[in-house]
Amino acid sequence: MKNVSRSYGTFKALDDVSIEIRKGEFFSLLGPSGCGKTTLLRSIAGFDTPDEGVIELDGRNIIPYPPEKRLVNTVFQSYALFPHLNVFENIAFPLRLKKEKESSVRDKVAQYLKLVQLSGHEHKKPAMLSGGQKQRVAIARALINEPSVLLLDEPLSALDAKLRQSLLVELDQIHDKIGITFIYVTHDQSEALSVSDRIAVMNEGKVLQTGTPYEIYESPATDFVARFIGETNLFPATVVSCVPFEQTHMSTLQVDALGSVIRVTDDDYLEAGTHVSFTVRPEKLKITSHPPLTVSKDINLFSGIVDEPIYSGFQSKYYVALACGTIIKVIQQHATYMDEGPAINWKDSVFVSWSAEDGYIVEVIDR
Amino acid sequence: MKRSSRLGITYAGPMGLWLTIFFLTPLFIIILYSVLKKGLYGGVEWTFSSAAYRQLVNPAFAKVLFRTLTVSVTATAITMALALPCGYAMARSSHQSLFLGLVIVPFWTNSLIRIYAWIAILSSRGFANELLKQLHIIEESLSLIYNQGAVITVLVYMYIPFAILPLFTTIDSFDFQLLEAARDLGASRFTSITRVLLPNIRSGIITSGVFTFIPIFGAYTVPLLVGGKDSYMIGNIIVDQVTKTRNWPLASAISLIITLVSTVGVMWMLMAGAQEKRERAQSLRKAGTR
Ligand SMILES: Nc1ncnc2c1ncn2[C@@H]1O[C@H](COP(=O)(O)OP(=O)(O)O)[C@@H](O)[C@H]1O
Ligand SMILES: [Mg+2]
Repeated sequence: MKNVSRSYGTFKALDDVSIEIRKGEFFSLLGPSGCGKTTLLRSIAGFDTPDEGVIELDGRNIIPYPPEKRLVNTVFQSYALFPHLNVFENIAFPLRLKKEKESSVRDKVAQYLKLVQLSGHEHKKPAMLSGGQKQRVAIARALINEPSVLLLDEPLSALDAKLRQSLLVELDQIHDKIGITFIYVTHDQSEALSVSDRIAVMNEGKVLQTGTPYEIYESPATDFVARFIGETNLFPATVVSCVPFEQTHMSTLQVDALGSVIRVTDDDYLEAGTHVSFTVRPEKLKITSHPPLTVSKDINLFSGIVDEPIYSGFQSKYYVALACGTIIKVIQQHATYMDEGPAINWKDSVFVSWSAEDGYIVEVIDR
Repeated sequence: MKRSSRLGITYAGPMGLWLTIFFLTPLFIIILYSVLKKGLYGGVEWTFSSAAYRQLVNPAFAKVLFRTLTVSVTATAITMALALPCGYAMARSSHQSLFLGLVIVPFWTNSLIRIYAWIAILSSRGFANELLKQLHIIEESLSLIYNQGAVITVLVYMYIPFAILPLFTTIDSFDFQLLEAARDLGASRFTSITRVLLPNIRSGIITSGVFTFIPIFGAYTVPLLVGGKDSYMIGNIIVDQVTKTRNWPLASAISLIITLVSTVGVMWMLMAGAQEKRERAQSLRKAGTR
C-alpha cells in the first residue's frame, strides 16, 4: 500500500498512508475510533476507492478491480450473514457462485465448519445463533474462498469481554493453521498487542508507526503512540547534556514537571538544548517505603506520597504525588503471596525510582 | 387479564361494526343477488336461480376473463419491474421524503383527469406523435391509443405508486451491508441483487404485487377510455351488466370472481407476512436468551 489518500470533502480520512504487509502475517491496524481504519480496510476490499495511491497484492495494483475480483475477503463487524440462508448455505455461498460440484461443496463446508468448531449447526438460520457463533460463521464464509488476505473489521467488538478473549485466541490459532495474511482492525490495543505479528498505529488518517508489538510498546515513535498503547508517564523535557555511555548515549534531561533533572540512555546523540518527550512505563518504576540501599548515578529517584492506590488482584497501581506536585503512575506486580494486603497504602510516604535504561526518549520536538 | 380482554372488545367492537357494514353486508348482498332471478329492468326477483352461473360458462366470457388475466399479469409484471429499481433508488437516496412526495403527488389529481391527460398524450394528433414528428423520427402518426398497449401503459402509470410504496418500505429496512458481503464473496452486482436482496425483501415484493394486481384486475375506466373494441376487461362487463343489459345476478356472479381472486392474493400476502414475522420473532427470542 503506497501513499494512499482518501478525502471526504475537505476532511482527510486517509492521509498518505504507506504500509507494507508481508505474506502470512497477522497484521493489525490499531487506532482510536474515526482514525480511518475502516476506510483503509474498505479500500483494500474494494468498497471504497482511494483518491490517490496504489494498493498492491502480490505485486499487482488491485484498485481497478471490483470487490468480487479481488483475492481478499472480509469479516464484517456486524457479521453480515445472509438471514435467508442457513449456516451451511451461508458458508457455501461463495462456492455456489462458482457453481462448484455438490460433493465438493459439502466437503469444503464441513471442513471449514470444523475449523471454526461449528459442526452440527449446519441447518440453523443465523437468527438462531449467538453472537460468537455468528462471528464464526462469518469467518468460515470469508475463508472458504481461500483468499490471499483476510480482512477483519473489529470482528469481536460486539461480543462480551470473556468471549472476546477466547475468540481472539481461536482466531490466532486459525491464522497459524491456514497461514494466510490477516489484516485485523481494532481500537483495542491489548487485542492488537496480544496476537499481532506487526501493528500499524493510526491517528487522524495517518500511520504513526509500524512495528512489532514490543517495538511499538517499548519504543513508541510519537507521544500519541506512547499514550495510546498501554499506560505511561510522559513528560516534555530539555536536553542538558549528552555523553557516550557504554554502547549508547547517556542524556541528562531537565524535566520541569518533575522539578529536577533525570538521566536516560538513548541510541542517538542529542544536542544540548533539544526539546524532547520523555516516557517511562509505570511497570518499570519501583516503589518502596524506604530509599534504595544503593544509589548509583544511573538511577532516578523521587520521593512522594501515595495519592491513590488501586488494587486489582495480580497487581496494584499507585498514583504517587511527587514533592513537586506532579502525579506519576506506578504499577507493582504481586509476585509473592501477601495475605496481609499490600505493604504500601494510601497517604504513605514512598520512594519511586527507575534506571536510566528503562526510560525512553519518544520524540524530538524541533522548535 | 380481565382488563385486557375487556379492552379487546372495546377495540374490536367498532372494527367489527365497520367490517359488517362496509364489507360483509355488501358481500352478502352480492352473493345473494348472484343466485336470484334477474329482474326485467334491473334489480332481482326473489326467486332462486342459477342462471347467472350458467351464463358464466360461455366462450365469450372466458375470452374476456383470459384477456383480463393476461393484461393484469403483464401490467403487474411491468409495474413491478419498474417499481423495484425505483424503490431501491429511493431507499438508498438521501432525499427520501422528496421522492416519497413525488410518488404521492399524482393522487392529488382525479384519476379520470389523469387518464384524459394520457389520451392527450397518446392520441393520433397528441403530444407523443407530434413530438416524434418534430424530431423526424416518424412521418405518419402512430396509433398509440385505443389498443392493448395503451391500456397496459396507462394501467402501469396508474398503479405504480401502489407498487413502489411497499417496496420502498421493505428495501429501506434492508441491511445494505449484505450486498457488500455478497460482492466480497464473489457475487457480481447483479447476482448480489438476485441472490441476496430479492430473497430478503420477498414479503415486500408480494405485497406490492398483490396491491397492484388486485386493482388492475378489476379496472374498468382505463380499458374503457384508452382501450379499443378488443380491450374489454371483466370490470367493463360488470358495468355493462349493471347499466346496459341490466343483468344484476350475472354482474354479481362476475364480481364474486374478482373477490375470489383478490382474496387468494391477500391470503398469500398475509401468509408470507406471517411466516416472516414468525422467523423474526424466533430470532428475537433467541437474541433475548443469549
Ligand atoms: N462516507 C463518508 N462520508 C464522510 N465521511 C466519512 C465517510 N466514511 C467515513 N467518514 C469519516 O472518515 C473518518 C474515518 O472513518 P473510519 O474509517 O470509519 O474510522 P474508524 O474505522 O477508524 O473508526 C471518520 O471521521 C468518518 O466520519
Ligand atoms: Mg471502523
